[in-house]
Amino acid sequence: MSFYPICTEYNALPLNERFESVTESDVRRALGKTVLDAEDLLSLMSPAAAPFVEEMAQKASQLTLQYFGRTIQLFTPLYLSNFCTNHCVYCGFNAKNKIPRSQLELAQVEEEAKAIAATGLKHLLILTGESRAKASPDYLDSCMTVLRKYFPSVSIEIYSMDQDEYARLVDSGVDGLTVFQETYDEELYATLHLFGPKKNFRYRLDAPERGCKAGMRVVNIGALLGLGDWRKDAYLTGLHVAYLQNLYPEVDIAVSLPRMRPHAGEFQPTSIVEDRDMVQIMLAFRLFSPRLGITISTRESVQFREDILPLGVTKMSAGVSTAVGGHSQEDDSQDGDTVGQFDISDERTVDEMCEALRKQGYQPVFKDWEFITDLQ
Amino acid sequence: MSEDIFEIGGFKLESRLFTGTGKYADDSIISDVCEASASQVITVALRRVDLESGTGNVMDYIPKYMKLLPNTSGARSADEAIRIARLARAMGCGDWIKIEVISDNKYLLPDGYETAKATEILANEGFVVLPYINADLYVARSLVDAGAAAVMPLGAPIGTNRGLKTREMVRILIEEIDLPIIVDAGIGNPSEACEAMEMGADACLVNTAIATAGNPVLMARAFGRAVRAGREAYLAGAGAMCRHAKASSPLTGFLSED
Repeated sequence: MSFYPICTEYNALPLNERFESVTESDVRRALGKTVLDAEDLLSLMSPAAAPFVEEMAQKASQLTLQYFGRTIQLFTPLYLSNFCTNHCVYCGFNAKNKIPRSQLELAQVEEEAKAIAATGLKHLLILTGESRAKASPDYLDSCMTVLRKYFPSVSIEIYSMDQDEYARLVDSGVDGLTVFQETYDEELYATLHLFGPKKNFRYRLDAPERGCKAGMRVVNIGALLGLGDWRKDAYLTGLHVAYLQNLYPEVDIAVSLPRMRPHAGEFQPTSIVEDRDMVQIMLAFRLFSPRLGITISTRESVQFREDILPLGVTKMSAGVSTAVGGHSQEDDSQDGDTVGQFDISDERTVDEMCEALRKQGYQPVFKDWEFITDLQ
Repeated sequence: MSEDIFEIGGFKLESRLFTGTGKYADDSIISDVCEASASQVITVALRRVDLESGTGNVMDYIPKYMKLLPNTSGARSADEAIRIARLARAMGCGDWIKIEVISDNKYLLPDGYETAKATEILANEGFVVLPYINADLYVARSLVDAGAAAVMPLGAPIGTNRGLKTREMVRILIEEIDLPIIVDAGIGNPSEACEAMEMGADACLVNTAIATAGNPVLMARAFGRAVRAGREAYLAGAGAMCRHAKASSPLTGFLSED
């Protein structure tokens, strides 16, 4: 099985025409349903649904409350390595960018783990660039022996792997996989990924499914909105969600909605996702899939993160550094500015985030999983 | 009325409402919810328990008099449920365990077969096992054989607040299964909990409807009273139902005339 034939089929369709042809009554019909299909998702992501965002928000907010309560799960990323063999034109870590490269030694991993654990966080997302030679499966396995002592839940956002490699990491204690397709437009993808293993569109596209098969508990997908036509990419993300949910009902499928942010390098966003567009996409996802995890990162501003809190968000990053060693080390780079993968917008500490969440009537959830070792 | 004590796993309870710990805006409200509801049993997902936490542990807010019912939320198979149950006991959460095995995250329906497998193994290890199931007679019978201490059929899919949709199936379990029947999941309003109790259910477990209410403490009190009212109605024995109004003896009254 593969999502690839479905993706190819939709890429060949005149999707923009279909978005434009959605009518007000199509939107109303979708809004009136409790179980939505792919056509309803298309309607809710169309320009015709834009005037209905308040109505969508009311329903999305109620569904989120029902299924997730007044809670937001917190996590933070830990960058282990920024060596990279890919040339993705939009990424601050790409192989052509002349930035300092480093990879944490195990002792440094422990220092970072201690610094993060001291904030109370229990859910960790570990990241690397794409360099199998440096951040090898063996290296990741070793890191997990350290990290498991501090974190009951560890997810990975690394280069795409084979199913048996994912399975090995599951055995090491990894329970979640985050892998973004960046764009579902195969032709555009080829122009954005100039060289390196990531150039293989289909291998990347099938990675979430390999993760599901390997026993990951949570698989988080997404497109980097703004790389291509955001409406089309958001819609394909929704179809990818439905595909995975139907085939792997035991896996929690989640989405992230990253928007392009300024970063080192010349490539800048080609289409802009306005706040109102972003809200519409998120609401459409919630109505389409009431149990879907929705992650909002610190790419977004403090104000925006607070405004969209009741609309469907279930997970948020906090106390974020996108630089290798950024949690425990002083910034000692020559220009006084360690280079991260992208610039973050919400720079609040974990404590500040928690205070803000509580003020809005939400419980920050630090721990929502236990590594289930066999005691016998 | 003579004392109505509900005994389960050798434990005597005066309240027949079980509560939960999930979905609250602030866990510190849990102790008030327990008090207002008069509940004596509270379920907590082991995945949420963090004994080393410096940021607030849900266990800190559960009154000491409450009987803890750890649950295996997140388990996708019998094996995972068994591991979680053992971890719960090792962490000091006691011998009671609510088995939840869910491998369909879309509808969150419990897997009866895996639940029965886990129940048998854990009951043999000395756990007081309360399995959460769909309202299915065959699964319930297998749980009796497996050594369950009670059976917990759902009223509607978990978290939906849709009420007692499985009414007729729960009624069959009440009639046929010689174990306490605790209606768990889906109950959205106190009136529905009351109805389940009137039907003869032994207890109800309510979490979402309380935790997501505008005023959880007030709602907890309402559920506590509804469950009690339903129980008393059941014990009182309801009068027979009729579709039309009835005078005392409209047709045969003449027989008693002088």
